[in-house]
Amino acid sequence: MATKSLKARQKDLAKTNKQLEILNGGIFAEGELPYFKDKLTNIGHFPLRPRKLEILQINVGYMCNQVCEHCHVDAGPDRKEIMTRETMKQCLEVIRNTEAHTLDLTGGAPEMNPNFKWFVEEAAKAGIQDFIVRSNLTIIRANKQYYDLPEFFKKHNVHVVSSMPHYTRGKTDKQRGDGVFDKSIKALQELNAVGYGLPGQNLRLDLVYNPSGAYLPGDQVALEKDFKKALDEDFGIQFHNLFAITNLPISRFLDYLIASENYEDYMYALVEAYNSEAVENVMCTNTISVSWDGWLYDCDFNQMLGLKVASKIKHIKDYNEDILNDRNIIISQHCYGCTAGAGSSCQGTVI
Amino acid sequence: MANTYYDAADLRKFAKITEWSEELGNKFFDYYGKVFEEGALSAREKSLIALAVAHVVKCPYCIDAYTKDGLQRGITKEEMMEAVHAGAAIESGATLVHGVQMMNKYNKLSM
Ligand code: SF4
Ligand code: SF4
Repeated sequence: MATKSLKARQKDLAKTNKQLEILNGGIFAEGELPYFKDKLTNIGHFPLRPRKLEILQINVGYMCNQVCEHCHVDAGPDRKEIMTRETMKQCLEVIRNTEAHTLDLTGGAPEMNPNFKWFVEEAAKAGIQDFIVRSNLTIIRANKQYYDLPEFFKKHNVHVVSSMPHYTRGKTDKQRGDGVFDKSIKALQELNAVGYGLPGQNLRLDLVYNPSGAYLPGDQVALEKDFKKALDEDFGIQFHNLFAITNLPISRFLDYLIASENYEDYMYALVEAYNSEAVENVMCTNTISVSWDGWLYDCDFNQMLGLKVASKIKHIKDYNEDILNDRNIIISQHCYGCTAGAGSSCQGTVI
Repeated sequence: MANTYYDAADLRKFAKITEWSEELGNKFFDYYGKVFEEGALSAREKSLIALAVAHVVKCPYCIDAYTKDGLQRGITKEEMMEAVHAGAAIESGATLVHGVQMMNKYNKLSM
C-alpha cells in the first residue's frame, strides 16, 4: 500500500486535467458509452440545476493520517493544503447567515487542521441544526492530542460520520492500511462509551461504507443489517445508520482502476446501473462545497477535479446564496457514480 | 471475431441475446431477475448458491459475475470459498456415487 499521495509521488494522475481527459475520452469519446450529459438531456435535466441549498460542506484540508487506496481527495500526511484561520472566519460569516440546515466538515482528516477545535466551537455557536464532522476514526487513536475527541464532539453536539470499509479486519486493513481495523474498533467503542450511536440517543454516530475494490456497493439496508449484527456480536459496538457510498472514478480510485485494468468494466457497471430517479437528488442539487482555500464547488468531487462553480460568485469571501443557487452544475462522467443504483451521496443512497 | 472461445467483454453483451429473440430473451431475464430477489431465501444466500453452481457448470462469465455480486453484498472470501467447496463436494460426490454402479456391475459380471 502506498504511503504517499499521488501528488507527492508526482504521478500524472495527480493533475486534474489528466483525470478529466480520461473521463471525457476513451470509451465515451468513441461512443461506446453515452456521456452523462446525454443521459441528463434524455430526461430533461440538462443543464443540471440546484434546488434549495441544504448542506454546506467545508473541506478544512487535505492532510490525513491515512493514505487509503480509494481516496478521492488524494489525502495523506504529505498534503500541506490546510484551511487558515482567516478563511475559517470567512466561512463562519457564511455559517451564521446561511439557509442551509446542515454543516458538514470534511478533509483529509479535519481534526488535523490546527484550528479545528476553535472552528468547531465557533461554528457550533451558530446553532445549525445538523453539524457533521467526517472522522476517519483512527485519528482518535493516532496521537494523545486526539484522545479527547469523543468528549469534544459530545460537548458540541457534533454528528459524527465515520468511515468503516468492512466489519472484518482483513478487508478493512486492505483498503485503509494495517492496524486500521483495530484502531477503528477502539475508536467506535470510545464513541459508544460517551454516549454516541446508542439507540434512541441524540448523539448521532453513522458509518460510511464504500467498497474496497472495483465494484459497486450492494443494498444499503442489507449492508447495514450485516454491519450492525457483526459489530454488535463481535465487539459490542452500536451505531445509528450505515451510508453506502459509491467510489467515484477520480484521483486515487481512478489510479487504482487503471492500474488494475478495471477502469472500463467499472465505467460500464456505473453506466449500466444509471438510475434516472437518482438524478433529482444528487448531492450537488442541495450542497455547496468549500475548499481549504475558500473556493466554491458543486461538490467535493468537483473540488478534487478543480472544477469551480459556474457562477460569478466563486469564493467564500464573496458568498451570496441567491446568486450561487442560480447556476448550472458542472458535470462529467464521474457523475455516473452518484446515479448508480439507489444513487450515492455523502448521506448514502438518495432514493 | 475474437480468436478465443471466451471473451470477458462478452459478459457485458449478455443482454443482447434478446435482440435475436425478443420474447424468449425478455422472458428469460424477467425470470432470472425474479429468481434472485429476496424471498424465502435471502438474496445473499442465493448469490452464494449461484457462485457454487457457476463453478460446477464451469461458466467463467457466471464466476466473474457472482464473485463481483458477492463482493457487492459484503460476502467474505471465506464464505465464497466454502460455497465453491459445497459445489465441488456435490460434484465429486455425484461422480463417486456412480462407483456403486461400477461395483454392482462388477459383482454381477463376476462369478
Ligand atoms: S479516504 Fe478519508 S481517511 Fe482515507 S486517506 Fe482519504 S481522507 Fe484520509
Ligand atoms: S459528482 Fe458532483 S456534480 Fe456530479 S452528480 Fe455527483 S454531486 Fe453532482
